[in-house]
Amino acid sequence: MAALVPEVLTSTHVEKMNKKKPPKRYWEETENTDQRRPEEEQGTAVQNQNKSTVKERSLKRKNGENLEKKDPFPGEAPIPHKQLQKFQRGEKYKVPAGARRRLKEAIISSEAMSELAQKQAARYDLLLPEDAGFLEGDEDEDTNTISQDDIADAVDITSGSKYFNLHLSQFGPYRLDYGRTGRHLLVGGKKGHVACIDWQSKDLMCEMNVMETVNDVKWLHTEAMFAVAQKRWLYIYDSKGLELHCVKKFNDVLRMQFLPYHFLLATASATGFLQYLDVSVGKEIAAVCTKMGRLDVMSQNPHNAVIHLGHPNGTVSLWSPNQKEPLVKMLCHRGAVRSLTVDKTGTYMVTSGLDRKLKVYDIRAFKPLHSCFLPAGASCLSLSQGGLLSAATGDIVQVYQNVLGSSPVSKPYMAHRLRGQIWGLAYCPFEDVLGIGHGEGFTSMIVPGAGEPNFDALDTNPFRSSKQRQEWEVKALLEKVQPELIGLDPGQLSKVDQASFEQRHKEQVEALGFDPLAKDKFKPKTKKKGRSSAGAIEKRKRKVAHEDQRDEIRQTVQERTERDKEQKEKSNEKKKLGNKSTLDRFRK
Amino acid sequence: HQSAYESDNIKVLCRNPDDYVRETTRDIQRVPRNYDPTLHPFEVPREYTRALNATKLERVFAKPFVASLDGHRDGISCITKHAKSLSTVISGACDGEVKLWNLPRQECLRTVQAHEGFVRGICSRFCGTSFFTVGDDKTIKQWNLEAPGYGVREEPINTILGKAVFTGIDHHQRESTFVTCGQTVDIWDEQRSSPIRSFSWGVDSFSCVRYNPVETELLASCASDRSIVLYDTRESAPLRKVIMQLRSNTLCWNPMEAYYFTCANEDYNLYTYDIRHLDVPVTVHMDHVSAVLDVDYSPTGREFVSASFDKTIRIFPKDKGHSREVYHTKRMQHVICVRWSADNKYVLSGSDEMNIRLWKANASEKLGLLSTREKAAAHYNKKLIEKFQHHPQVRRIARHRHLPGDILKQKREQREMKEARRRREQNVRKHSKPGSVPLLTEKEKHVAAVVE
Repeated sequence: MAALVPEVLTSTHVEKMNKKKPPKRYWEETENTDQRRPEEEQGTAVQNQNKSTVKERSLKRKNGENLEKKDPFPGEAPIPHKQLQKFQRGEKYKVPAGARRRLKEAIISSEAMSELAQKQAARYDLLLPEDAGFLEGDEDEDTNTISQDDIADAVDITSGSKYFNLHLSQFGPYRLDYGRTGRHLLVGGKKGHVACIDWQSKDLMCEMNVMETVNDVKWLHTEAMFAVAQKRWLYIYDSKGLELHCVKKFNDVLRMQFLPYHFLLATASATGFLQYLDVSVGKEIAAVCTKMGRLDVMSQNPHNAVIHLGHPNGTVSLWSPNQKEPLVKMLCHRGAVRSLTVDKTGTYMVTSGLDRKLKVYDIRAFKPLHSCFLPAGASCLSLSQGGLLSAATGDIVQVYQNVLGSSPVSKPYMAHRLRGQIWGLAYCPFEDVLGIGHGEGFTSMIVPGAGEPNFDALDTNPFRSSKQRQEWEVKALLEKVQPELIGLDPGQLSKVDQASFEQRHKEQVEALGFDPLAKDKFKPKTKKKGRSSAGAIEKRKRKVAHEDQRDEIRQTVQERTERDKEQKEKSNEKKKLGNKSTLDRFRK
Repeated sequence: HQSAYESDNIKVLCRNPDDYVRETTRDIQRVPRNYDPTLHPFEVPREYTRALNATKLERVFAKPFVASLDGHRDGISCITKHAKSLSTVISGACDGEVKLWNLPRQECLRTVQAHEGFVRGICSRFCGTSFFTVGDDKTIKQWNLEAPGYGVREEPINTILGKAVFTGIDHHQRESTFVTCGQTVDIWDEQRSSPIRSFSWGVDSFSCVRYNPVETELLASCASDRSIVLYDTRESAPLRKVIMQLRSNTLCWNPMEAYYFTCANEDYNLYTYDIRHLDVPVTVHMDHVSAVLDVDYSPTGREFVSASFDKTIRIFPKDKGHSREVYHTKRMQHVICVRWSADNKYVLSGSDEMNIRLWKANASEKLGLLSTREKAAAHYNKKLIEKFQHHPQVRRIARHRHLPGDILKQKREQREMKEARRRREQNVRKHSKPGSVPLLTEKEKHVAAVVE
């Protein structure tokens, strides 16, 4: 009944109430979208033409006779294009011309299935419970002037408690790492202090001093184990601080990265070695001598598990465990590379160098997008799930927005000054929090909009119980991706291998070192008896072998010589004619 | 002091644990999902790994043998399914004994000494109340499926004495007529003691006769002169016959596509024919290394099972040239007869060494009730294997079947022989007048003639 009122109102008070329109109903809006069916349009046109009938009908409806109404939302609910695009995987496959019936059917049906899956996934977006955080300044106010204390005051108590400082001035500076679920924090001081904390409940899991220099710390696949790169060897501890392993194959490690889907711990050492440790079986998978000197700049591409290393000569090299040579080597800076980071989609790489520049690269095309000059240069870089870039310049952390893309970097979104040199930067996954390790301890800083608001509980669940964690661990181990599958394109496996026979043969020859299809050369038998020695027989065979081919060759050679002869004769004639110089005509 | 901005200018992610953690331990865990592809990297490699695992597990769980029914005192010569009951099977042995089996309990219900000499054929009546047997003693006997009362002698309901030995029998789908074969193909009425009609086409003996389950008036029979003859019971003369290079032992109609039948041939192959085009078989199914003795279609008509003298049974997709599965055990000797159960889940094989074996039609299938999650997982794994079936690792594992040493040896030997034959033919063709040695496809090679 409520739907009828506006129609009646508009017909009576059109002039008077021109400005004040009746409240918009949600179904009216859907009628205006272009998703409308053509029959509906015709129907409405007819309605507009004879308003009297409309009135009659509305009166009828008022009387409650015609309660059955047309569906106000005809057809499927429309899905925004952008949302659909998010779930698009690769390009749509077109049916090739001249395809057979079976192939055609297979392609069409699989395309229909993937389209359905895409639509359903896009529809599911509506049900996601959380929205991303944000920070907006008042008019003429820069958000980077807002202090952390003000933010902590303004937000609710739980969020406010996410800004805190740990004053650890004795054993710093600190490196840090957050676990994959974002609940657990691991800090390691240069002078041997290692602690792991459930940082949300501020619950200390373990704390110890390894009495040695600590270069880097890293969580392994769960919060039950972590790796510490100490002065000489690599050590694995459990969450109680118990030493599980001392891996003596890995020495002088400076930086580490953990590849969660491959269960690989990649380490970069002072001796220039890049090594991979399979933590599920405890075996060294690959050791690559990079021949690039000391490796203290390292990052992983979370999209394809390729390791990025930065070098003192300004190059960045990309590595996989399957190749002794770098996959790609690109010159990024005029001076040494100080830090680099890759975004979660594997599209952009951000680097900073001693030339005090901050550069953004598109690593699908290996092209620079834009660069900017930071007065102090960035010593640490980190990208959040939401695409915010944080850069440590001296004792200040700056957070930039909208760095990934073609637009140049503007002024920072947030900034925070700390005491002491910054040694480590990491965003906490699924939280609006940036962890900073520095000379005076550790600082957890609130950065609204940094984290992914909605996690997938089957992949990483911050609220998981121990039972769920155990189950997840088993499943993750079952689908551990083999290190052989690491390459620049992780989707390679789903594509058709169109290598030709020749190409494949060439690769095989390269891999084997010899040609398996080549006929082995004839070796005469060392037969001493008889006049018809093996060598003589072979010679005789050679004389009559390939006779048909020989005939052909002979013929073609003959033809060619004849042709050459003719041409020569022709050119000779020309020469005879052409030998006359221009002055000859004056000769008598 | 006053903060520099209002709190509606700022929002920080803050999750309420109540929304994510279950309320009580009796509740199920909350699992919020987010299908954003950027949160799920390595989609393809992970799926591939899953597919590889599924393939491996399928092979690990491939334990097709379910049970062995022993009790016969001579080799099994024929098996038949009950027309109505899934759990009942009737089998006949070479000593004239017929046994009724209960499959779920794996026990013999009843034993009848039906004939002197071989029981050549058994068929169940369409209503499921009685069954017919034929034997070497030139008789057709009709038996009641109900066991006689205590102390009452096992007697057939009806006995017909024929003129010659009968080698096979089949019953009509709806009417009270049945067909036997021997020296002729005879059609009988249940009420009469002499055949209504007899067919013969210059043939001395037939080994098998089958009614078409869909076109119920259509008959096909295998004759000892290497031919397969088709009949229409409404007509007085046979329809047509196809003569092959070697004799066919048995044949089976496709229960879903009425115009297809498959015959088991002495030349180690099976041939699927379309009765509309008998001059060339639709598919040649190769893989056995000895004569094929029996064949039976699954009730879905998509696959059939074959029994061979090489001590194996194989399952073929109806349109594929090679088998998808091979079953064998150390103790199983020459397999004489085979049947696919009516629920499409099991295969029964009767062999020389007096045992009837029950196999799963799908070797790695889990038997019994499945929970919804188990079902979903099985479906998912099946789809994964299908998706990655062409990847070399997956294909290698999925295709591998263990074969007994002597069969493997014979297989290799035959491949070599085939290659030698091909080479020889090529050489002959090379050195003879062009066109005088025609290039024949594998399908064309085995048909000698079609007679209308």
